[in-house]
Amino acid sequence: MLANLGYGAVLITAILAIYGTVAAVQGARRNNPALVYSARNAMLLTFPLLSLASVALVILLVTGRFEVSFVSEVTSRAMPTYLKATAWWGGQAGSLLFWAWLMSAFTSAVTLRNWERDREFLPWVIAVGMVTLGFFLFLILAFENPFERLWALPTGQVEAHLFAPRGATLFTPQDGNGLNPLLRHPGMILHPPLLYLGYVSFVIPFAFAIAALITGRTDDRWIRITRRWALWAWLFLSLGLIFGGRWAYDVLGWGGYWGWDPVEIAAFMPWLTGTAFLHSVMIQEKRGMLKHWNMILIITTYALVIFGTFLTRSGVLSSVHAFAQSGIGPSFFTFIGLTFLISMSLLFWRWNALKARNQMTSLLSREALFLLNNLVFMGILVICFWGVIFPLISELVTGQKVTVGPPFYERATAPLFAGMLFLMGIAPLSAWRHSTAKTLGRAMWKPFIVSLIAPIAAFIGGIRLWAALFSFWLAAFVAAVTLYEFWRGARARSRRAGESLPLALVRLAGRNRRRYGGYVIHLGVVLMAVGIIGIEVFQTETQATIPQGGEITLGDYTMRYDSLALFDTPDNRNVARAVVSVYKNGQYVGELHPRRDFFYDFQQPMTIPGVRSTWEEDFYVLLVDWMPVTTEGATFKVYHNPLVNWVWFGGLVFIFGTLVAAWPEKDPEDVAVRRSGAAHARAYGD
Amino acid sequence: MENTANRYKFIVGGLLIVAAVVYLIVSSTQASAQYFLTVDEMVQRGSEVVGRDLRISGAVVGETIQYDPQTLTLTFEVADVPGDNAEIEAQGGLAAVLHQAVIDPKRTRVKVVYNGVKPDLLRDEAQAIMTGQLGEDGIFYAEELLLKCPTKYEEAVPQQSDQ
Repeated sequence: MLANLGYGAVLITAILAIYGTVAAVQGARRNNPALVYSARNAMLLTFPLLSLASVALVILLVTGRFEVSFVSEVTSRAMPTYLKATAWWGGQAGSLLFWAWLMSAFTSAVTLRNWERDREFLPWVIAVGMVTLGFFLFLILAFENPFERLWALPTGQVEAHLFAPRGATLFTPQDGNGLNPLLRHPGMILHPPLLYLGYVSFVIPFAFAIAALITGRTDDRWIRITRRWALWAWLFLSLGLIFGGRWAYDVLGWGGYWGWDPVEIAAFMPWLTGTAFLHSVMIQEKRGMLKHWNMILIITTYALVIFGTFLTRSGVLSSVHAFAQSGIGPSFFTFIGLTFLISMSLLFWRWNALKARNQMTSLLSREALFLLNNLVFMGILVICFWGVIFPLISELVTGQKVTVGPPFYERATAPLFAGMLFLMGIAPLSAWRHSTAKTLGRAMWKPFIVSLIAPIAAFIGGIRLWAALFSFWLAAFVAAVTLYEFWRGARARSRRAGESLPLALVRLAGRNRRRYGGYVIHLGVVLMAVGIIGIEVFQTETQATIPQGGEITLGDYTMRYDSLALFDTPDNRNVARAVVSVYKNGQYVGELHPRRDFFYDFQQPMTIPGVRSTWEEDFYVLLVDWMPVTTEGATFKVYHNPLVNWVWFGGLVFIFGTLVAAWPEKDPEDVAVRRSGAAHARAYGD
Repeated sequence: MENTANRYKFIVGGLLIVAAVVYLIVSSTQASAQYFLTVDEMVQRGSEVVGRDLRISGAVVGETIQYDPQTLTLTFEVADVPGDNAEIEAQGGLAAVLHQAVIDPKRTRVKVVYNGVKPDLLRDEAQAIMTGQLGEDGIFYAEELLLKCPTKYEEAVPQQSDQ
């Protein structure tokens, strides 16, 4: 009953999506407000309908209706309720519904919010939203239906179908498969919806870009409308990436946070184009340049968003040879190809209308440096994309499958990341229009001298690796420039307005949230960079099997194996919990409890590290193995991860900065847009 | 006049960056390319691929797993599975293919030696994706070991790696 209700709601929404697209396009082309209004209403209906379908699915999941094949695939009786509910986005079929639901929510929100102001854009925004929504609903209906039930055929086979095949009876398994223990972690529960929020929010700027191309309003209006959407999208993507990294660090037990696997890269690529977009739109707003480029960036981001959803959600994980798996693959590629082609054709059609107002004059001007930063981001993107598709290309060309692993990405992207940091350091100091080496040098020399402290201190501290010294200098340089900018701004304001320095700083940042929020983000990136340098360059590890009372020494740390307890828990786990004492430079600093839980249901162990976390470093102990019964000896793997917590702390600073920049505000510009928008809406005829 | 000179400057700058990215891609690809072979292909080619960086995938044969915690030496055998996805699908999906590979005694098998911690997901009929080199002795010395178990849950589990 519930399953049929959910399915019915999805089906009706799909029909509405088709109707809405046609009505919106026809209404806009024939200048027929009634038709556009009808499309808008169809659009607004999709949200309650998909909410209904989603509620039905969540109820099925939470109440354990295992006759629904999706429910029995992703949940089990033993799972706590919140995990059953979050299986909505945990499994493939449910996650497609989640995507569609978010899409309908966001398109509805933007339609309601901008209806009065941006009437001429909205039919096209609705059309783009509805096409995207329709595509995902099509996938649900054609390939991955979460509402299919299990039927026992007369032949004894069990198959999943929506309606009963002839002579079949409903089949209800005793219990479901449940969720892999490795995925039962807060980071993993939040990681997919955050990525999805990011993906879906990027569709909105894309929709407005397409609307701008079609209507010919090719000024920066579409950018101003969607600026905040893009920032939120970017924030969610960043959060998704950070949570994913934290999950890997806590759960996967290899002392790392990023492994350059295709799924991670799939989430990283739209983030790269999104970041480039956020920077280059500023040039269009300030100087009326790079209009084509911004269009290309947002179109590419949209394609990568769909591609990313496909890579993470099609079961195509480690093997890139599985692109054509199931019917979903070709559908995705057709959709990405078609939308990309149509968007690009629209762009070429409007190419001349997007001519720049100004020209780049100076290589060191801020706009030139922003352009350079864009090129660096695109360079990283191309490297990532190449790494993902290289096996396909090599197979096509030579017939030999060749893959590239993490060393490829590390080697190829490292110089570009360094270049990016450097640009982050000098761009805030350069002026719009025109800067020379001389003016830049004059602005730069103070922070430059301050930044030399970092590599000198590191050198005195015993670090002799030139790459590490150079990276520390870069990080310090960006930090010094950014803090110097804050100080300069605050000092000028406090002199002018007679305010105290801290008050001036707060007011200054409050007035220029985007700029100073951006600087805070830069500081977050610097902190993360320091952490990444620490763990990439200075991580050490060792492993050994020791008797009780035995010790392992790594760097300044020594750990002693004290005891090990083996016990069963009510939720069907067998836990092996070791107690180890940790000494740093001979001083006792505490006890750690590395653990290994064996899940009987899954016949699978999960390793939970014991970690001593400080600002300086993590001492990370894994329990690998032990002598059965007597537990007299045990094997440990031990990592020393210097500075790793700077990555997480930098992530928090980064998020805070994005919030500062994205938080709704009433700036004069926004009010002006609102006014002119209202005037425009009146002129449009309402 | 100044305008043309200006444009020239920007074009040269842009080309330099493009050239740098191309150089990074080409050199890094050459330095870290790994040949993706099935167990069958690797054994057939034999000495031709000894010492090269390879990436092979096979089905873990449960009864052959041996682990010495003292030296952290892990040995096991993998059986050949098709590398082509269409073929895997045609044979009934990954789980079925892995199962077939393990129970079929005629399948080509190769012994794998890996030094390090035994990964949680290593078990019978798991898919092992390994990078490493084939030794003269016909043993595959894995440097990196990734495992996938498609049997129990729909979601493929994120890879676990141990370097």
